[in-house]
Amino acid sequence: MNILVDIEKQFEEFYMKMKFNVDGKNIGLLGASGSGKSMTLKLIAGLEKPDRGIIKIGNKTLFDSDKLINISVKDRKVGFLFQNYALFPNMTIRENIGFALNSIEKNKRNKIIKDKTNQVKLNGMENRLPIELSGGQQQRVALARALAVNPEILMFDEPFSALDENLRSYMVKEIKEVLNDFKGTSILVSHNIDEIYRLSDKIIVIDSGKVEAVDDKNDLFLNPPNIITAKLTGCKNIIKVNQISENEVMICEWGIKLKVNNKFNKKITSIGIRANHIKCGELLKESKNIIKCEIAYINESPFKLTVYLIAVQNSLNKEKYNIQLEVSKDMWNEIKNKNKFIDIYLDPEKIMLF
Amino acid sequence: MEFDYSPLWISLKTVLTATCITFFLGIFIAWRMSNYKGKLKGILDVIFTLPMVLPPTVVGFFLLLILGKNGMFGMLFKYFNTNIIFSWYATVISAVIVSFPLMYKTTRGSFEQIDINILNAARTLGVPELRIFWKITVPISFPGIAAGTVLSFARALGEFGATLMIAGNIPGKTQTIPLAIFFAAEGGNMNRAFIWVCIILIISLIVMTLTNYWTQNHKRFKLYKF
Repeated sequence: MNILVDIEKQFEEFYMKMKFNVDGKNIGLLGASGSGKSMTLKLIAGLEKPDRGIIKIGNKTLFDSDKLINISVKDRKVGFLFQNYALFPNMTIRENIGFALNSIEKNKRNKIIKDKTNQVKLNGMENRLPIELSGGQQQRVALARALAVNPEILMFDEPFSALDENLRSYMVKEIKEVLNDFKGTSILVSHNIDEIYRLSDKIIVIDSGKVEAVDDKNDLFLNPPNIITAKLTGCKNIIKVNQISENEVMICEWGIKLKVNNKFNKKITSIGIRANHIKCGELLKESKNIIKCEIAYINESPFKLTVYLIAVQNSLNKEKYNIQLEVSKDMWNEIKNKNKFIDIYLDPEKIMLF
Repeated sequence: MEFDYSPLWISLKTVLTATCITFFLGIFIAWRMSNYKGKLKGILDVIFTLPMVLPPTVVGFFLLLILGKNGMFGMLFKYFNTNIIFSWYATVISAVIVSFPLMYKTTRGSFEQIDINILNAARTLGVPELRIFWKITVPISFPGIAAGTVLSFARALGEFGATLMIAGNIPGKTQTIPLAIFFAAEGGNMNRAFIWVCIILIISLIVMTLTNYWTQNHKRFKLYKF
């Protein structure tokens, strides 16, 4: 479904001027905390009111300040899933799911409740109270409750942030299955690129109340249009450069020339490279784009290493690391002759240009 | 001499009526105030809380001004040929006014503690506000509402100053237990005063025990914190 948002709202901290028009089944809103992505969701749901602007979903206008249209929350047909699930604590699971169905005839209502309980695999828990369920189960109740009223849009506000790592990837999978069966549109708000990538096909990048990019997820991750998007999609290395020729840039501070692949003849002022795209170790094959680095420190995770490097030529500022590189533990162990220094290779194909 | 029990019946009648009025009025005003976002919020809150801070005699004085013969409502009552001042209704009015802030404050406090997402979730499901209020807001705030009711009850039962100002001390008509205690003690009848003190103690103990029992049994669910 097509979603058109063109609104403005004044906050104490910042001015929100959100404008996008996307057409997609599963839409992701990516942004850092405080960027206004949750607020955008609340504005579409009608839980908050913009100062002015238009919100349209499909052919239905939900809000239009010029035409004085402001459809109330309860008539917007959105299913909203909150970060803390927001179940009604005084009601059993059955009552939670059926709460909004009181106008429906009893047999029909019981059938809907049963269907939804089965869909989220909570059979046998109907008479429990929310407090008696685990986080993942509570989330499923919230999902069943939202689905029970047949919403046109499902909205997820940071749905997995309260879950632990294992449960999180499990719930992402479960919600993906639900979304596959769901006929309407979904909008997911998250700062986590894994979740966004797995659950959406179109991504909107938001920063300080403005839209920075809107694109298909694969294009967005391959070719982020600007630095903010690159950072938000997980690019750890952004370096200021001077362009020397069409396909050559210079990192002035380090006095290093790099070859790049400037497919679109951009004017280049910065380059970016993802931490996992940097190669290191035996680089004899390569002659260009090699940087000699000193290892500042290493962060060890169970299966991978994050290595913080200082370019050797950059002898002036040794306080801050310049480059961050990610490598699997196995690969790291294969590298011979490891000492304080290491050569890295920046593949021109993998260098992003801004 | 026969012991006159009329202050007990007057007190009970007054307190029960006043607590009923305060209960619904307090919940209603607390609900409207916790949803109200206008400019007058601060001023309205001060007005609703004022009877709690002012000395009861001052409250009584104001009531006298409003309800008295030349007051706003006094004129109205005169038109209908009735009089509120020095009648049983005056004891109810003063009890409601002084106990209202306790009900309002406690209830509003517990309304505002409810996770807004819970109410918003109900709104996105298409549930009307009134149903949200009765089925979610009130049950979740039950402990607060119960506490407010008990406090209001206690305050209404102990009401003295404002009652004396606008209802007077007419035995068999407006003389409540606190007034009976004061006038018995003042008249040197310590035994009589002591009996009334005991009766007040017993009523308070019964009410407290009942409400404790009631709230503990009602607490089927705990509010989960996030």
